[in-house]
Amino acid sequence: MNIHEYQAKELLRSYGIPVPRGQVAFTADEAEAAARHLGGELWVVKAQIHAGGRGKAGGVKLARSVAEVRSLASELLGKTLVTKQTGPAGKVVQRVYIEEGCDIARELYLGAVVDRESSSVSFMLSTEGGTEIEEVAEQHPEKIARIVIHPGVGIQAYQLRDAGVQLGLDAKLVRGVTGFAQKLYSAFLALDCSMAEINPLVVNRAGQLIALDAKMGFDSNALYRQHGVMALRDLSEEEPSEIKASEYGLSYIKLDGNIGCLVNGAGLAMATMDILKHFGGQPANFLDVGGSATTERVTEAFRILLGDHVQAIFVNIFGGIMKCDTIANGLVEAARTLSLDVPLIVRLEGTNVDLGKKILAESGLAITSVDSMAEGAQKAVAAASDAGSR
Amino acid sequence: MAIFVDEHTRLAVQGITGSAGAFHARQMIEYGTQVVAGVVPGKGGQSFDDSVPIFETVGESVREAGVNTSVIYVPPPFAADAIMEAAAAGVTMIIAITEGIPVLDMMRVKHFLRDFPDTRLVGPNCPGVISPGKAKVGIMPAHIHLPGRVGVISRSGTLTYEAVGQLTALGIGQSTCVGIGGDPINGTDFIDVLSAFQADDETDAVIMIGEIGGSAEERAAAWIGEHFTKPIVGFIAGSTAPPGKRMGHAGAIISGGKGTATEKVAAMEAAGVRMSPNPSEMGHTLASLI
Repeated sequence: MNIHEYQAKELLRSYGIPVPRGQVAFTADEAEAAARHLGGELWVVKAQIHAGGRGKAGGVKLARSVAEVRSLASELLGKTLVTKQTGPAGKVVQRVYIEEGCDIARELYLGAVVDRESSSVSFMLSTEGGTEIEEVAEQHPEKIARIVIHPGVGIQAYQLRDAGVQLGLDAKLVRGVTGFAQKLYSAFLALDCSMAEINPLVVNRAGQLIALDAKMGFDSNALYRQHGVMALRDLSEEEPSEIKASEYGLSYIKLDGNIGCLVNGAGLAMATMDILKHFGGQPANFLDVGGSATTERVTEAFRILLGDHVQAIFVNIFGGIMKCDTIANGLVEAARTLSLDVPLIVRLEGTNVDLGKKILAESGLAITSVDSMAEGAQKAVAAASDAGSR
Repeated sequence: MAIFVDEHTRLAVQGITGSAGAFHARQMIEYGTQVVAGVVPGKGGQSFDDSVPIFETVGESVREAGVNTSVIYVPPPFAADAIMEAAAAGVTMIIAITEGIPVLDMMRVKHFLRDFPDTRLVGPNCPGVISPGKAKVGIMPAHIHLPGRVGVISRSGTLTYEAVGQLTALGIGQSTCVGIGGDPINGTDFIDVLSAFQADDETDAVIMIGEIGGSAEERAAAWIGEHFTKPIVGFIAGSTAPPGKRMGHAGAIISGGKGTATEKVAAMEAAGVRMSPNPSEMGHTLASLI
């Protein structure tokens, strides 16, 4: 789960991490009021969307008067921003963050992730603040210091001193970064983060460290114990069909193709997308109905697929614990309730497969029953291309 | 011989009175696995189906029922504790089925387990381990398996069943099938299982099924190139997955351009793994090698 920059900064502030003063605004009036409240002579107006690359896409602007804050805010609110991370459709800006200006002497980078290789939280510190870290990693890997943290003892000062030597930072700055990193690590653990990124981590002219931008992601498996974080979820930033699916316990991701997939199990669901592509088709989605799909869940899954305007549906089930007759009954029920009007190709295998096929055959519905994943994928691709050429 | 579980497995089911635990305990007993204990805090002294004693702690089950293997069905908030309890009690094979354990909990578990070098954790978020004809510990459908000499390792449950189903349909049996799970931090990785298969004289060939996310497959490929001498077939799921999206499994995500299927396939091919052209051909590809 992701949150907005202004929310991340509020969280960080509560862990003692210095961030610029700022206020969120949903309207131009609120933006103007925020600028007056903050005072000063320089403000930053920042579009709040769940995607990086806002600066380059024109989503972050400097203002030198309250009137300019107002006009920039009204320009940004309602605008669709297309950044490197939003995809071509972009994202509509529904809130802006008005922040006090900050004098910048130097820009660093500090990021934390759960590192799979070391099974630890690891930090990356770089002198190249303000640039995407992937880019730095490619062009100047020597400018990134990596710190792997032992979960038993936490981040140690010597680790930052080592990093400081590698990056050529002076001792005073290293001490400052050490305190900053320790606070960020505390926040990371306490909030069950999956990632936290301060880019840039600014050193101002007084030598203070400030989180000028902040991005945080959270482990969805831990949200049951993170009520404060859950409350920050912004559903308008998420795909409506994906939200709907998650309410029914379906794992669903919308893609660009025209062949709907309904599969049990994440690995098989990915493999189903792959085999459609292998035979020249384009999957419309990833959909894992899980190990215990009920008729209700299967019906809902179909409803979501049909809402995506697919031209064929490929059902690929390997019944283990979930019996094929259960899924067949669910399919028949769903097809009747929703008056399914696209070709439906069904591959059933595993527990009670014969019974499942019998139910499909006797239903009188126009269901193409197939015996293998490959056969099913080929028929689905053919059906979708027929529908597309009509 | 098989690996990890066999006729000598003496199993405790942690969470045997929950709906998943109870259902699968019965399935495992029916298959012939020696289920000698259940462990449920607060229910010690009771019995499951009037046949399996329930203990308050894993420690008691080890002392009184001779447990050497444990399978975990407890809900995510309590699963890390259950794994550590089993290790501390001296259980050397711990198979965690639970899906949805917070990753920072697993990070702590993984470091905790470093004090128990003889203990193996398989999973979490996995279908478990089966040595067909000997023992089944997990949630996989028993009837698709056939005793034999091919090992299967996978990060995915149903894709493992798919591979097993294809093998069985061709009359090719399996020595042991191991699901290592779809989480970003897990106990046993591909290399652990591959080295066990390399040493197992009842395993002649292996199917290895990976997926997008992380670099476990790349590390396994490097290891295979140097150490693995048996025929091996591979498949990587997720070549069509978009970056930045978690594909069902917590660990199946391409982030920062890393963890793509393309990189994994290239590493495995370079290590001499015969890649199955699509997920429907895993069985045939293996058959062509033996």
